[in-house]
Amino acid sequence: MQRLSEITPLLYRALLETTLMVSISIFFAVLIGLPLGILLYITANPLLFRIKPLNQVLGAITNVIRSFPFIILIVAIMPVATWLTNSSHGPVFASVALSIAAIPLFARLVETSFNGVGRGVIEASIAGGASLMLIITDVLIPEARRGITQGITLTIISIIAFSATAGVVGGGGIGDLAIRYGYYRYDTVTMIATVVALIIIVQLVQLIGDFLTRRQEGN
Amino acid sequence: MAIVLEDVSKTYEVKGRKVEALKRLSLTVEEGEIFGIIGFSGAGKSTLLRLINLLEQPSSGSVSVNGTELGALSGEKLRTKRKKIGMIFQQFNLIESKTVYQNIEFVLKASKYEKKEVKSRIEELLALVGLSDKADSYPGNLSGGQKQRVGIARALANHPEVLLCDEATSALDPDTTKTILKLLKKINRELGITIVLITHEMEVIKEIADRVGVMTAGEIVEESDVYSIFSHPGHAVTKGFVQDIYDFSIPPHIQLNDNSDVITIKFLNENAEANYVNQLYRHFDCDISILNGRIEYIQDMPLGFLMLHVQGEAQEITRLKAFIDESKGIERAEIYAETI
Ligand SMILES: Nc1ncnc2c1ncn2[C@@H]1O[C@H](COP(=O)(O)OP(=O)(O)O)[C@@H](O)[C@H]1O
Ligand SMILES: [Mg+2]
Repeated sequence: MQRLSEITPLLYRALLETTLMVSISIFFAVLIGLPLGILLYITANPLLFRIKPLNQVLGAITNVIRSFPFIILIVAIMPVATWLTNSSHGPVFASVALSIAAIPLFARLVETSFNGVGRGVIEASIAGGASLMLIITDVLIPEARRGITQGITLTIISIIAFSATAGVVGGGGIGDLAIRYGYYRYDTVTMIATVVALIIIVQLVQLIGDFLTRRQEGN
Repeated sequence: MAIVLEDVSKTYEVKGRKVEALKRLSLTVEEGEIFGIIGFSGAGKSTLLRLINLLEQPSSGSVSVNGTELGALSGEKLRTKRKKIGMIFQQFNLIESKTVYQNIEFVLKASKYEKKEVKSRIEELLALVGLSDKADSYPGNLSGGQKQRVGIARALANHPEVLLCDEATSALDPDTTKTILKLLKKINRELGITIVLITHEMEVIKEIADRVGVMTAGEIVEESDVYSIFSHPGHAVTKGFVQDIYDFSIPPHIQLNDNSDVITIKFLNENAEANYVNQLYRHFDCDISILNGRIEYIQDMPLGFLMLHVQGEAQEITRLKAFIDESKGIERAEIYAETI
């Protein structure tokens, strides 16, 4: 019990770090991943803006980044992250790698939810004289809203999982705490406390995500 | 001439194999008419219809709508032209995440409709299709017929000159089909919008079309006014489509020989005189009994059939047939019945 009160400040700090990393990464994942997902989709769709070579290049880049084990990605992009954040460790520094990992993941999830939008409704929009831009903003995105919300939920949870590795660059966060104290030092209490905290956080994210998804069913 | 297709072909390439969906087809649809195209699945109907608003590009040939050659259009000009060509679909194709009101608003937005007039235009359209009370409903909560009404309102939003209907009633039950067809007819008559509709159901053609083209394997094999299609089908495929009304079976107990024959007569338009059978009785020394009869109304014109069993001298029967053949507006019908 006493050990638990000792680690409370540590947990609290880790929680803040995780929140910071997740916030930064999901922000960029959506900011860049959404347009990338849109591009992946429209460049493959003959009704919209098919450019096969562009689609293949974008697809290849996305796949390459997604194939990197996260720890290697961190190391590989270290120079870029240093240049961007003007530092070489800490949660903000780790967020660069997290964002880069999350962008292609989210882009693919967006593309998948667009694939679920019926061909017919797109055709009807084209027949109605709508421009590509209007179709994206007023048909694709609203029709795929549920899938996109689920994609955000899933991406956040993946970022939390990735962030456990962020410890190697001093990113901190709950996952890092679990590994450092629980795993390397055989500190069972901290390990259990952090794992429970992680479970609660992931559950909470999922619950909120599901709630928002359900609210968007369109009626 | 509202729509002119000249020598259009459309070839799809599927896994290296060429599919000729349309084969050098020409067609003219007159302004203000309802032109129906009937054919079995795979005949090329949808492909043909989609050329008219350039959802598909023809492989060769030209398509013009109200004097504008579509092949010459692209980008903004093409979008502007498309706003003048409405389209409705079998599966309605509404935006599920938008209300009825927003679905119509969407196409007005696409045409940069005068903002102040958007609301009144939508209300006007909803009143036209009878859905004023459903403005805030989502498509998911509407019946098929109501969804198609939304589809129609959306298609009409930008005051089109032409309305294309791709199997618009094929997903609806017969009663709903009737009300939707009535609505389409009203739109055609009151707003003067040219309608091209495709279907695989002769009922739809009978109900609403002025003229009809019969399509098979990428070609229009027969084209004429609807009454003639029913009264004088020429092509085998056409006969197949109208066969229902020619479907009289000969009762099994009837012997067919030189002295006993079954003759089905066809009464065209109003030429049929009520006392025609009387005349036959009077003028011919035959036993005549009525086996079957039916009257179809096609565009409010009657098309009648009467199946007679005639017994008597072979010579007299031949004379009777000749008399029928000479009577104005009356013909002997080819029937599609098998003798059981
Ligand atoms: N996008 C397409 N790609 C390849 N083949 C197609 C495509 N659209 C239609 N076809 C082919 O063209 C022919 C005509 O199809 P369609 O016009 O849809 O016929 P209908 O509407 O009369 O059922 C069919 O053989 C169909 O398989
Ligand atoms: Mg079709």
